[in-house]
Amino acid sequence: MTQWSGYLGLILQGALVTIELTLMGSVLALVMAFLAGMGRVSRFFVVRALATTYIEFFRGTSIFVQLFWAYFVLPFARLSLTPLQAGVLALGLNVGAYAAEVVRGAILSVGREQYEACTALNLGRWQGMRHVILPQALLVMLPTFGNNAIELLKATSVVSLISLADLTFQAQVVRSQTGSTLMPFVSVLVIYFALALIISWGIRSLERRMARGLDGVRV
Amino acid sequence: MDWDWNFVREIMPTLIQGVKITILATVLGSILAAIVGLGIALARRSENRLVARSVGWFAEFIRGTPLLVQLYFIFYVLPDIGILLPPLVAGVIGLGLHYGTYTAEVYRAGIDNVPRGQWEAAKACNLSGRHTWTHIILPQAIPPMIPALANYFIAMFKETPLLSAITVLELMNQAKSVANTYYRYIEPMTLVGAFFLVISLCSVVLLRWLEHRYGRIER
Repeated sequence: MTQWSGYLGLILQGALVTIELTLMGSVLALVMAFLAGMGRVSRFFVVRALATTYIEFFRGTSIFVQLFWAYFVLPFARLSLTPLQAGVLALGLNVGAYAAEVVRGAILSVGREQYEACTALNLGRWQGMRHVILPQALLVMLPTFGNNAIELLKATSVVSLISLADLTFQAQVVRSQTGSTLMPFVSVLVIYFALALIISWGIRSLERRMARGLDGVRV
Repeated sequence: MDWDWNFVREIMPTLIQGVKITILATVLGSILAAIVGLGIALARRSENRLVARSVGWFAEFIRGTPLLVQLYFIFYVLPDIGILLPPLVAGVIGLGLHYGTYTAEVYRAGIDNVPRGQWEAAKACNLSGRHTWTHIILPQAIPPMIPALANYFIAMFKETPLLSAITVLELMNQAKSVANTYYRYIEPMTLVGAFFLVISLCSVVLLRWLEHRYGRIER
């Protein structure tokens, strides 16, 4: 029995790495999503083209390929990344590309009269975006961002294949050391599911909080 | 680090082998996902509350956990209880089951979109439950959801590299073995990315056509 608690400790260590990856990946994804998403609605052709290329490229190739490319090919360009850095980079850029489309959709979903009101109030493009459009668009983005975060959490499992000791990796370690298969995999699945539940719960309460006082503003 | 075209020509046949397996896994996985999704969607509407609830929870659980861990589960745990599967079969089952929980939502939306009058008309014509489904509801529900289903099949295609983790010799695995043999990562990894990008972009064109063909249905 003491043995099992030791192995459970190993798995919990993996859970910490998974959480760390999910958090850091989400931050990068969020930054990329806003950069690329707002880039797609830019006035300038070059910015739009750059954003579109980024989004299409990262959505077109799989996260797995991107991760391997970051980990195995970049060192040849004299850019060696630790597994953690490669993982955060690939996860953040990949999920960021998906989330960028969410940002674009949410910005476009804000009614035309809001833009006209910005012009009427003599707000600059950036001021209008910052004070009028984005605060409303943010509420539209939030639920889909939650889904994206869960996708990111699930995608973190692939970093185990570049030898980063996350949950999935630790499950394999326990499997190879004990020969038991049911216990490590079931416990890991349950932990992932619990984390996913926490994310969706967190997003839902955040949504409630942000929607406060907005009743009747949006129909 | 420079790009070597001769090496590219040398490894191309191996990679093509891998592409074939990747496409085979995607096609088989898509068929399974379409069937499993329909099964889950129907079970969740079952009159038996116990069946509906437990299938709902099961689907939720699968959707909240990573495909990679599920693949490990099928590949390592099932043999312990006497079910030995070849890697490709295990992979196809994993893909089909995982994406089946996603397609179930598509089916659910599609079925909900069939007007109530159709159900009532079926009842008025004294059709049995089975006939109502096969002759009235599903023929109207399925065409509008084809684009959404295809979207998930493309997403599945991008997840097939995960099968390399359970020793299926698909594109990613072939590329890795080539890379490890010659210790040249840049060409194989980049080519894998290029293959995925090309096939994804082609499938986007196909998707647009499907949307055009089935997306809008007159009511």
